[in-house]
Amino acid sequence: MTSSPDLRIERLLRELAPQVLGAVVRRFRDFAASEDAVQEALIAAATQWPRDGVPDNPRGWLIHVALRRMTDHVRSEVSRRNRETVVAAETPVAVAPALSSELEFGPDDTLILVFMCCHPALSSSSAIALTLRAVGGLTTAEIAKAFLVPESTMAQRISRAKQTIKRSRAPFRLPDAGERARRLSSVLHVLYLVFSEGYTTTSGPALQRADLSNEAIRLTRAVHELLPDDGEVAGLLALMLLTDARRAARTGPGGELIPLDEQDRTLWDAQAIAEGVALVSAALRQGSVGEYQLQAAIAAVHDEAARAEDTDWPQILALYSVLKRMSDNPMVALNHAIAAAMVHGPHAGLDLLTPLDDDERLSGHHRLDAVRAHLLERAGDRAAAVSLYRSAAEKTTSVPERNYLLMRAARLSEAP
Amino acid sequence: MKFMLMMNTPRDGYTQYMSWPKKVLEANIAFMIDFSKKLSAAGELVSKEGLASPLQAKLVRAGKDGKPITDGVFPESKEFLAGYWIVDVDGPERAYQIAAEASAAPGIGDAPLWIEVREIMRSHKDLK
Repeated sequence: MTSSPDLRIERLLRELAPQVLGAVVRRFRDFAASEDAVQEALIAAATQWPRDGVPDNPRGWLIHVALRRMTDHVRSEVSRRNRETVVAAETPVAVAPALSSELEFGPDDTLILVFMCCHPALSSSSAIALTLRAVGGLTTAEIAKAFLVPESTMAQRISRAKQTIKRSRAPFRLPDAGERARRLSSVLHVLYLVFSEGYTTTSGPALQRADLSNEAIRLTRAVHELLPDDGEVAGLLALMLLTDARRAARTGPGGELIPLDEQDRTLWDAQAIAEGVALVSAALRQGSVGEYQLQAAIAAVHDEAARAEDTDWPQILALYSVLKRMSDNPMVALNHAIAAAMVHGPHAGLDLLTPLDDDERLSGHHRLDAVRAHLLERAGDRAAAVSLYRSAAEKTTSVPERNYLLMRAARLSEAP
Repeated sequence: MKFMLMMNTPRDGYTQYMSWPKKVLEANIAFMIDFSKKLSAAGELVSKEGLASPLQAKLVRAGKDGKPITDGVFPESKEFLAGYWIVDVDGPERAYQIAAEASAAPGIGDAPLWIEVREIMRSHKDLK
């Protein structure tokens, strides 16, 4: 696929955004103001480059412009303080460094920024917004559009997030070894949430949100390049690729959901599947098995079946059994029951669902009713299946999902 | 002028909707998608949302300590808001036309639904 010059510039800017921010924060230590300055530099580039051409040293250009903005910012801060007759010596102000074209650039800058933006002190929604802007190089308007909120709301969310980072006094360096694993797991969680937001579309029209999934894949790929030996990072990237590979097949012409076993598998993205399979296989060979790797391995088994009936369900069941021992997540238990039903028949699956009735995390959740309805349908108990499909439809908060469940119930109740 | 067009449903409206015949459901879903597209293409749609079932609805107020006290919805409530459209149009007549069109969405009742039309007050933002 060939891309237009504008699209190439956009990609270049997103790639350079965290590198430029790293260089500026390193100089000025003030993350919030640096981030604003870099955002202004990116916007300047997005308007000037398509008109005047991309400069010879695009990173140097951006750093130069961002530093100039920072210098202006520092100057106005100084004069504001002077006006307020605060003793200037009390709080030293960072002095603007001389503008040189060769500025220090740390290879770990992007990684440091990711850790910073996914700081545990932030709520998930703030961490997501900040990561997309500071690391992903998206504008506030783009992020607002993707999350279907007004731009002023998103601007405020990002600014609050930056204040939280400031208060946490997180230094601009990688977390130390002891903290690394815990911090990495919140990074992966944030990236996973960005991906699912784009993929499952909890609200709003589906189309414009695909970009979020692509952005999550791009960012996870960047983290994987920086931490190539981490099995869970590779596992998450593989999981995203293997899930996203089915995008074209998972909705019909009217935006309706098409379940995995009814999808036209020729529409799946073979290249993404090959890459995902290779990634997860390599990660699993390295030994330390984690939840993302297992989920990716399960997605790989699905993706490798040319037809739904060729799916290696015994292998999927085995993988879910391992995952269930590692994770307390009731959604894993639900999927385990589905796999058991595919291998040992619907009644085996239904038996595994019984203990989940007492799980408070699932009470009022539509998934338990939906899965039970599917298994009852397979077991031939049509009336019970119809009533559970409808109860699941009334509980879900996703319109495409509700429509799918309602259609399933209607079709089943009207079948001769 | 902005108006909010509210679609209310009787207490058991959601449950009834869940058991509509397939043909009617399909027609209703297609109508809603098409209706939004048309309003959007005409530059009249500001926003629209559908609300999840009142099964999950809660009434909330602050207790003495400021913490939320929740309750189920009032059993005597006869109607619930099911969804709304906010449109930006020249005047109330156009808002009424849009509301009439929405009220005629395919369904199983013999008469179209009532749609409540309310003008939205201008805020400080609009004075700039």
